[in-house]
Amino acid sequence: MAVPGFLARDRIVAKPGFNRWLIPPAALAVHLCIGQAYATSVYKTALVSHFDASLTSIGVVFSIAIVMLGLSAAVFGTWVDRNGPRAAMFTAACFWSAGFLVGALGIATSQLWLLYLGYGVLGGIGLGIGYISPVSTLIKWFPDRPGLATGMAIMGFGGGALIATPLSRQLMSFYDPAYDGTAATTPSGGAVAGLFVTLGIVYLAYMLFGAFIVRVPADGWVPDGFDPSTVKQKALVTTDSVSAANAIKTPQFWLLWVVLFCNVTAGIGILEQASPMIQDFFREGDASTVAAAAGAGFVGLLSLFNMAGRFVWSSTSDKIGRKPIYMVYLGVGLLLYVALATVGSSATWLFVLLAAVIISFYGGGFATIPAYLRDLFGTYQVGAIHGRLLTAWSAAGVAGPLIVNGVLDTQGTPGELVAADYRIALFIMVGLLAVGFIANLLVRPVDSKWHEPKGTTTPTPERSAAR
Amino acid sequence: MSSAQRSTGSQPSTTPTLLIVVAWLLVAIPLVYGLVRTIITAAPLFTGG
Repeated sequence: MAVPGFLARDRIVAKPGFNRWLIPPAALAVHLCIGQAYATSVYKTALVSHFDASLTSIGVVFSIAIVMLGLSAAVFGTWVDRNGPRAAMFTAACFWSAGFLVGALGIATSQLWLLYLGYGVLGGIGLGIGYISPVSTLIKWFPDRPGLATGMAIMGFGGGALIATPLSRQLMSFYDPAYDGTAATTPSGGAVAGLFVTLGIVYLAYMLFGAFIVRVPADGWVPDGFDPSTVKQKALVTTDSVSAANAIKTPQFWLLWVVLFCNVTAGIGILEQASPMIQDFFREGDASTVAAAAGAGFVGLLSLFNMAGRFVWSSTSDKIGRKPIYMVYLGVGLLLYVALATVGSSATWLFVLLAAVIISFYGGGFATIPAYLRDLFGTYQVGAIHGRLLTAWSAAGVAGPLIVNGVLDTQGTPGELVAADYRIALFIMVGLLAVGFIANLLVRPVDSKWHEPKGTTTPTPERSAAR
Repeated sequence: MSSAQRSTGSQPSTTPTLLIVVAWLLVAIPLVYGLVRTIITAAPLFTGG
């Protein structure tokens, strides 16, 4: 599928002397916008009330978006690698913005299916393409620090919710003066529709700004002082190339799929239930010692650690290696989950600390995976491979809430649950992390039979897709 | 890979500094806003408010 000339990869090849530090803000401009996906809870109650629908019916909108994220990243990954980041960012901006506008139409006309189609399907496609659009470009601009580079961009996805949550409250208060921004009042459907239109326009402008400033390095470009031959000295790091079509035939791809699935499922276990969970853990009789407002603050704090983990842990992986950092995410994460299940209810600060570190590992797992893929499969089609791997996120997005909600449904009624009722769900997460830990241990360098012949891997990435 | 290509990274910057500063500010300002609002919201968790 050809793209218009102004979006073509050839038009955005950086001239000599281009400053690569312009690329992270371009990537952040996209990820900060699509990270809004984590802030959907802010208007969930308003939509339930407006459509007179169940919580599940409204929750489906987010589930559709996450499933579409994984599917579109998998399907369009090769297209993104072939056409470059500007075409991908532009396309993502159009889909993401259109998702909000069609969703707003659905809210304004009380047609729930339009919300599914808009935010769920169109927005989900924007999410998937936008998420992978800057990754391979960043890896190519920062071959000396790929973990830091992808961590910076994917940190933006975590930061998106941090911005969208308070911004959405303020905008809905603006459109509906009766709404005071607290849980005590619910914004009208019209206010949510107004919010969607505003976000659709603002996000379009921001993402197009990212698409406008992004550049790809010229073939053979390396940063000053970087010697590519030193990369090979690290275990598991290849200087060879594996195509996306061949990568999915390797055990390494599926081991990383399992690693990502387990890490994400375990993290969603906490994120999904964060606010009621902290109140339930400190319930005494009918009341909780943690107020609803503090529960909302806990959700915000987790967003902060989710974002920080993406940058800090991914950057750390440049120093200690990808396999060891995943042993930390999964191994230490496992121990923290055990602590949360057993002693988490002894003090609020301990609960918050344990959950915050667990969520930082969740974010770190997302941010480090592109660099892990680069190490194993090379930079050749890393964006497309990353796209295919994100189907693990879609699967986890369905499995995580199913596990937690399914277990809690058998333990009691929401609002009456206590810490002990969460133990089964938390120990299931411990089991999942153990599976992920073993899968990570089994990762070995990719067999040379999957490597592309030397000299065939630039600049026509589509070549091997036909192999 | 020629030596000319490999030296690209060491050439004097041709990217306007102002563009880099503006680009970083455009992403940093919303992030700082979100960060401050989050800290304010999370404060009751530790103050018992």
